[in-house]
Amino acid sequence: MFEAILLTVITAATPLLIAAIGELVVERSGVLNLGVEGMMIMGAVVGFGVAHHTGSGFLAVIAAILAGMLMSALFGVFVVYLATNQVATGLALTILGLGVSGMIGESFIGIPGMRLPELYIPGLTELPFIGPVLFSHDGVVYAGFALVFLTSYVLFRTRMGLILRAVGDNHTSAHALGYSVLKIRFLAVLFGGACAGLAGGYMSLAYTPQWVENMIAGRGWIALALVVFASWLPWRVVAGAYLFGAVTVLTFHAQAIGVTIPSQFLSSLPYLATVVVLVIISSNRRLTLVNTPACLGKTFIPDR
Amino acid sequence: MRIELVKRKNSSTTMAVLSPVIAVILTLISGAILFAIAGKDPIHGLYLFFIQPLTDSWSIQELIVKATPLVLIACGLAVCYLSNNWNIGAEGQFIFGALCGSFLPILFPDFDNWLTLPLMLVFGTLGGALWGLIPGVLKTRFNTNEILTSLMLVYVASLLLDYLVRGPWRDPDGYNFPESRIFSDSATMPLIDGRLSVSCLVAVAVVIVLALMLSKSLKGFEIRVMGESPRAGGFSGFSQKGLTLFSFAIAGGLAGLAGTMEVSSSLNQLLPSISPGYGFTAIIVAFLGRLNPIGILIAGLVLSLSYIGGESVQASMGISSKIASVIQGLLLCYVLVCDTFVLYQIRIVSTLRSGAQKEASDV
Amino acid sequence: MNKFLKAAVAATALLASSAVASAADLKACFVYIGPVGDFGWTYQHDQGRKDVEAHFGDRVETAFLENIPEGPDSERAIERFAREGCGIIFTTSFGYMNPTLKVAKKYPDVKFEHATGYKTADNVATYNSRFHEGRYIIGQIAAKMSKTGTAGYIASFPIPEVVAGINAFLYGAQSINPDFKVKVVWVNTWFDPGKEADAAKALIDQGADIITQHTDSTAPLQVAQERGVHGFGQASDMVKFAPDAQYTAIIDNWGPYYIHRIQEVLDGNWESAQTWEGLATGHVVMAPYTNLPDDVVEMAKETEAKIAGGWEPFTGPLMKQDGTEVVGEGDALDPGAILGMNWYIKGVDDKLPE
Repeated sequence: MFEAILLTVITAATPLLIAAIGELVVERSGVLNLGVEGMMIMGAVVGFGVAHHTGSGFLAVIAAILAGMLMSALFGVFVVYLATNQVATGLALTILGLGVSGMIGESFIGIPGMRLPELYIPGLTELPFIGPVLFSHDGVVYAGFALVFLTSYVLFRTRMGLILRAVGDNHTSAHALGYSVLKIRFLAVLFGGACAGLAGGYMSLAYTPQWVENMIAGRGWIALALVVFASWLPWRVVAGAYLFGAVTVLTFHAQAIGVTIPSQFLSSLPYLATVVVLVIISSNRRLTLVNTPACLGKTFIPDR
Repeated sequence: MRIELVKRKNSSTTMAVLSPVIAVILTLISGAILFAIAGKDPIHGLYLFFIQPLTDSWSIQELIVKATPLVLIACGLAVCYLSNNWNIGAEGQFIFGALCGSFLPILFPDFDNWLTLPLMLVFGTLGGALWGLIPGVLKTRFNTNEILTSLMLVYVASLLLDYLVRGPWRDPDGYNFPESRIFSDSATMPLIDGRLSVSCLVAVAVVIVLALMLSKSLKGFEIRVMGESPRAGGFSGFSQKGLTLFSFAIAGGLAGLAGTMEVSSSLNQLLPSISPGYGFTAIIVAFLGRLNPIGILIAGLVLSLSYIGGESVQASMGISSKIASVIQGLLLCYVLVCDTFVLYQIRIVSTLRSGAQKEASDV
Repeated sequence: MNKFLKAAVAATALLASSAVASAADLKACFVYIGPVGDFGWTYQHDQGRKDVEAHFGDRVETAFLENIPEGPDSERAIERFAREGCGIIFTTSFGYMNPTLKVAKKYPDVKFEHATGYKTADNVATYNSRFHEGRYIIGQIAAKMSKTGTAGYIASFPIPEVVAGINAFLYGAQSINPDFKVKVVWVNTWFDPGKEADAAKALIDQGADIITQHTDSTAPLQVAQERGVHGFGQASDMVKFAPDAQYTAIIDNWGPYYIHRIQEVLDGNWESAQTWEGLATGHVVMAPYTNLPDDVVEMAKETEAKIAGGWEPFTGPLMKQDGTEVVGEGDALDPGAILGMNWYIKGVDDKLPE
């Protein structure tokens, strides 16, 4: 039973985790991207379409990533190079993404999708408990963890990460030191878009292999919340994504066992829990001030 | 070759006028392309979308009805955004306000006199302000990010509404269907004509008051100073925390007022969902209107036109509702980009020169 | 209204009439709550609209508005159709009830048909289907096929139709196995594939080996397919999504009703009515029985025939959860009680919100 619940939680947490880790990098560079939902839905529809036409899961995942990147490139050109308001541009991209994906996806409705194959790792997948829980997933789940590991490493152990954080913390000095703030931010936005596309692809290729309009159903917004929840630290994003996934799944288990609390209350638990944790984390000023990118949401125009 | 933005010495008045015009033209061109892709006559499509709703008194009324809550909410949000408070949970404040405004006619149907409606409006405004103050207080006391708490509270408010309408507040004579009892006449906003109620006059009054407050009063000065530079504001003796609470209360209060008026004028009862995303659309209205109350009034009407027009092409041409949302998204993108050129001008720099400059700066 | 407006209105009326001057005798219009691409509730209504087009050809023109939220927008959408010359307007969500009545009052010459509501007027009819008939059959199948004796039920919102569905399902199951259990999970949405899938997984992990749903997406069936358990399609035949898992599906088949009512408008004998039909008239259709042994298929078909012959699945002795008798041996529960059901029958292991 515990094993089964864990498996469900892993599936529920993976898209949140991947989208959130991308957004974390974007925010670390000082950009707030509220278009995650729109980028995810584009990844979902394009990934589904490519899988349907080529039958290749690999190509589908690549296409989903590219779709997310394309949307984020648009976002990046607007907010980074044209200095538009980040909040409004993000919202505009979400609206655009929901509309465009609906138009692209009109012919995919009612077609069963293709599920990404689970990777079989000889020797490990057979292990009791550990095997099914850790070593019987599709590639995207592992990619998610690899992303967290990589992001954490690059952000805090490499020069590249140092520069990225510098750009997010103080773009004026980073610029004065000769770093191209705009280019670094644009690349960070592209990375975020790639992650959102991958997360969306996971929805339509693995979580629920099908295409239906609006199938992301607000997960992009949850991913945004997770980044702050994690106070911009990659491993805490994992913790947050799993906590959120676990609360969602456990409310269903509670109902199935026969706990009779109004279901609206149970449904609102994950959101209330997020607020409470946000408060706890942010009331520790020392901790948040260290990690919050000081230039988050501020546009930068290099003047000579 | 590289493209650079250079800040104008003074913001361009020509561009300030031209930018919305260019944005609309770009939207029209994109719209025409979209209609052509969908295999429909682009000119007829654009006519149905943008012009036809303006040629008929019924749809003009509907336009105003739809714009009213958007304008009210966006006005409050503008106060928030001008003072750097990123409240994106107006949807929740709208819903909670509507709940607080409706408990009177639902739970006390016998209290039915001339006081009912004014009391509802007061409770609704207070309720919305209260819901808006939660992220405000969390921000000032615990330094919690208001974008996320206000957004999370949207879900909580809409689930609360859902719970009440399906449970305790269900119409006792409604065969267990999820709807509240229907409000009595004294709990209904007076109608002007058709579906047009006095709500729209309230919205116009709010626009005028806010416009005066922002441009003429000390509070307006405080908001602008603190938004531009909290440090400078601090020196002038303004309190950042006080302003945060003030702006959340205003935004929440106006959203709550909008919610109550919407419920009491066009719905006359509570349903499990009472808002087609007004709170989120209003964010767009606020930015389209450049955070200026008069601008918001115009932006609210424009956005409302995009909804009515979207329905009009859907109904007459059999085009999917997705086109309307694509056109809305594009319109907003274009407006944002065009507005950039009010403050900045573009300069094209050759790579050679900028490369040399970069080396120089590295040294 | 001032003169300018009046002139403008006249001009548009001219334009509009020239644009609408088609050969059709009648325009039939549909207001939808969701996207036509939900492959569930709205999709099936739109299939019905397409049936109308196929049946009448050029004689009837159709139009629809999708994604119209309940609330203030719905009244505008309905009134738009009434103004644009629609002769009959189908409003397909419960929350459209009062807006439909309001608009109907203003346009007495237009016919209105509201799905799933209970208020009527001279020009407003209501229609709904006896979905609980299908639920009774799948309950029987579940009891025959389940090894664990437990089914999982993914429910959307506690409205009478959903509650009656749960009751009918369990009542059917109890007729085969009196100790059959159903675990109910409320997901508070009609449509969120991810959430529905999570709920299905939770139910399977809690020992359910049959999954049934009153939500719109195919996700729960896909989970059943992967986990090697079984389930039933909802609203449309979902066998493509779960070729080894679907036993059958309860299909909403609105086409015959729409064609029938539109014909009546054309013939000039449309009258307001409250239509509530099921298997007998083909408003509810069972998808082909698959993955089932012959004797179970035979039983299901027998029950289907019995219900089509006029037998009410909610026939006593029927007891509420607390054991009080609602109808006695051999008596049928009256339609009003089914349409407004807000209580569970004996054996449901769940509590309804007060």
